[in-house]
Amino acid sequence: MINPHIHIEGLTKSYGNEKALKALSVDIAKGELFGFIGPDGAGKTTLFRLLATLLLPDSGSAEVLGYDTVSGYKEIRKQIGYMPGKFSLYQDLSVEENLNFFAGIHGTTLQENYHLVQDIYQHIEPFKNRRAGKLSGGMKQKLALSCALIHQPKVLLLDEPTTGVDAVSRQEFWEMLKNLKEKGITVVVSTPYMDEAALCDRVALMQKGSVLKINTPQQITAEFGHALFSIRSDTMFKLLGDLLQLENTHAAFRFGDTIHFTSHNKEETSQSIANNLIAQGHHNVVVEPVLPTIEDCFILLMKMENNA
Amino acid sequence: MMKGFIVKEFLHIFRDRRTMLILFGMPIVQVLLFGFAITNEINNAQIAILDHSKDNVTTAITAKMLASGYFQLNKQLESSDQIASVFQNGEVKEVIVFEPDFAQKISKNHTAKVQIITDASDPNSANLLASYTSAILMDYVGEFSSIRPLPVNLSTQTSMLYNPELKGVFMFVPGTITILLMLISAMMTSISIAREKEMGTMEVLLVSHLKPLQIIIGKVIPYILLSFVNALVILFLAATVFHMPMNGSMILLLSESMLFIIMALSMGIFISTISNTQQTAMLLSMFVLMLPTILLSGFIFPIENMPVPLQLLSNIMPSKWFIIIVKSIMLKGLGIAYFWKETIILAGMMSAFVFLSAKKFKIRLA
Amino acid sequence: MITKQRPPVIQVQNLVKRFGNFIANDNLNFDVAQGEIFGFLGANGAGKTTAIKILCGLMTPTSGQISVAGFDVYRQTDQIKKQIGYMSQKFSMYEDLTVKENFQFYGGIYGLSNIVIRERTAEMLDKLQMSGIKNKTLNEIPLGWKQKLAFSVAMIHRPLIVFLDEPTGGVDPITRRQFWEMIYEAANNGITVFVTTHYMDEAEYCERVSIMVDGRIEALDTPKNLREQQGVSSMNEVFIKLARKQNLNNG
Repeated sequence: MINPHIHIEGLTKSYGNEKALKALSVDIAKGELFGFIGPDGAGKTTLFRLLATLLLPDSGSAEVLGYDTVSGYKEIRKQIGYMPGKFSLYQDLSVEENLNFFAGIHGTTLQENYHLVQDIYQHIEPFKNRRAGKLSGGMKQKLALSCALIHQPKVLLLDEPTTGVDAVSRQEFWEMLKNLKEKGITVVVSTPYMDEAALCDRVALMQKGSVLKINTPQQITAEFGHALFSIRSDTMFKLLGDLLQLENTHAAFRFGDTIHFTSHNKEETSQSIANNLIAQGHHNVVVEPVLPTIEDCFILLMKMENNA
Repeated sequence: MMKGFIVKEFLHIFRDRRTMLILFGMPIVQVLLFGFAITNEINNAQIAILDHSKDNVTTAITAKMLASGYFQLNKQLESSDQIASVFQNGEVKEVIVFEPDFAQKISKNHTAKVQIITDASDPNSANLLASYTSAILMDYVGEFSSIRPLPVNLSTQTSMLYNPELKGVFMFVPGTITILLMLISAMMTSISIAREKEMGTMEVLLVSHLKPLQIIIGKVIPYILLSFVNALVILFLAATVFHMPMNGSMILLLSESMLFIIMALSMGIFISTISNTQQTAMLLSMFVLMLPTILLSGFIFPIENMPVPLQLLSNIMPSKWFIIIVKSIMLKGLGIAYFWKETIILAGMMSAFVFLSAKKFKIRLA
Repeated sequence: MITKQRPPVIQVQNLVKRFGNFIANDNLNFDVAQGEIFGFLGANGAGKTTAIKILCGLMTPTSGQISVAGFDVYRQTDQIKKQIGYMSQKFSMYEDLTVKENFQFYGGIYGLSNIVIRERTAEMLDKLQMSGIKNKTLNEIPLGWKQKLAFSVAMIHRPLIVFLDEPTGGVDPITRRQFWEMIYEAANNGITVFVTTHYMDEAEYCERVSIMVDGRIEALDTPKNLREQQGVSSMNEVFIKLARKQNLNNG
């Protein structure tokens, strides 16, 4: 990648004996919407703090906007917007006071940079005199994003901005991120929600401090490498047990109201699976081939990692 | 940039009822509590009188004393042997001794001796009793002289039993100022910085245009101002409610207070650098600052009565030196020439803590 | 669908809860059957937490007839508390105690004898294949394991109903599924599971789902019926369709 906005190489960080981040390497381009996807304990927060120059790496290095996070921390701090895991707002200050404060400490004012946050801020502007502590999760999230944007950063680091926020606010939030990306801002997001991966340009799937895969979501699902079937019957609880007992079963797990099934047998078809299940006494069996989602891929990759 | 920071800090303070209560309720309550706890002792204090003379002058003085309302006669003693036992039984707080031929000595020599013996195991009330007694005697002398135009001198000889140097005198105001400045400056700053860490806002502050020094200054300026206002409130209460003397220079006192406030603030910042939660910051402030200040600074327990190791330990308590300075200015009306050593010690401690806290204040997490 | 054949264990009629002028729960009506997995969804601030607190006997409603496990929420909160288990992502177990000590503590709270606690702890840990870690403190254990243990602890007194408040937040997709297997097993044994989640795929795992918007229950049905009613293909879309129109004018 030529002139990446973020360049990470062999980045490693431990707390005592616990390895929080194991030799992470990735480049993120200018104007990219990049997602670090993984459950708690994947090392996402550690990574964001390293990028935000708040932690020192044990080994490896990270550059943001061409500056090293250790030696060039002052420059980086001037040019990034950072939103930590817990929306770090002053609960006892009003919406407007929070925004004014964060504008002030970056040497600007809300009036001066109103246009930067307008799209987002207008959602919460009607409540500008309300204390931040009294806002709902979705509104806190929007306020925190406004605060991180007020000084016109070139890179936005958002650590789990959607965690614990309801699905509607989450969707609105992703639409905002897309708009920011179109303005040329590099947006780096982490999330434990697998379905949000599809909204990123590229993602890194992470687990226990290691990267399972880095690619575009489309490419990751294309590389799933197995035929995936979505299966339903009248007795779902029994169905899962029976599928796990099949001779060629590679994986079977619940997925929404169906079971996702992959087989070692490359010849397996919807019909052959259905016949097998009907023979075991299942009624109203529906078997359909489906395209894998990021979550399917994550599960597969996790299983490979755990077996390795 | 700094203005917004300071405004925000004030908003935090004014919006939190508990903070406001600690800041402004506490000084008033403490001063009144300490003040009245002491003055209450003076009403109807039990005394004994050993009158070797029993003439018209001593009788008149005794009557005047008892009429004042401060004293109540517990016993007329017959000999000096009894003095020790009435103190040991705890029956009386003060014994007044008139020398033989009192009236005669006054008319002949224009001078006579009164001995005031007090139980100074409670130094505050002992001193108050002694000074009240002296005041009444002087008053009598005044009346006496107006009748007879002869110079009269009643010399009082005061003995403080058990604590001859009387180090607890009028300690409550200097002590309270010290404790409150320590509390507000150190504890409140350390808690407010720890709160930013706890809420995660410190991360955002660090990742901003602000330099660490600006963050520190923004955090402490409001508390410097509030501490200063508090010092003034306490002095005002001391002067108006308790008639605490203010013999020295006010400007000097306030400058020394500023020195102490800045020292305490840097201690607060230092504490906040080693605690990640408000709870830790509060406990550390309590045990590392407050308790030693109360126990070892000479505020409540006279340092002279402590075991030697504790006396040595008291030297590293900044509050000990500050109390000495405040006393020197307020009670003795002395100038800087008399306590430049203490001032230098305090300034040294301040520099050490400013340096330490600036060095310890991290530009990163963990 | 199956609810008709099983007795209801939670009955809510005209539940209203006001805080001053603010109406947190605006006339809620629903029943939950024994052994049912009931999904309780809603946007942040829609009033879910208030309703759960009332059902757990921690808060008195302003009005309405509500019974939980056959007991009245106004007068019989002590009996209710004996019949329910509670687990949330935020509050689960003591980090500085070992697995065994946590089980002992919670078993003790419910007045179980030491022998019973020991038996059930061994049984549950065995089932989780975690017997090997019973003497480890909680802070040494990965989050996914902790959540499974917390669920077991919430069931140590064999409650009739278990309330799970975002039990799988931040948990990896495999462990999340294992967790749901535990939920299914509990429901199969006749325990009613009342669960909240922000993972919309988990909404599909529930037998019935209610969606709260602005203090009211906007929809309540099986996931299949809800999808069909709204003419969409996933619960995520159902939720967004129902909650979105309200969200813009709501704090």
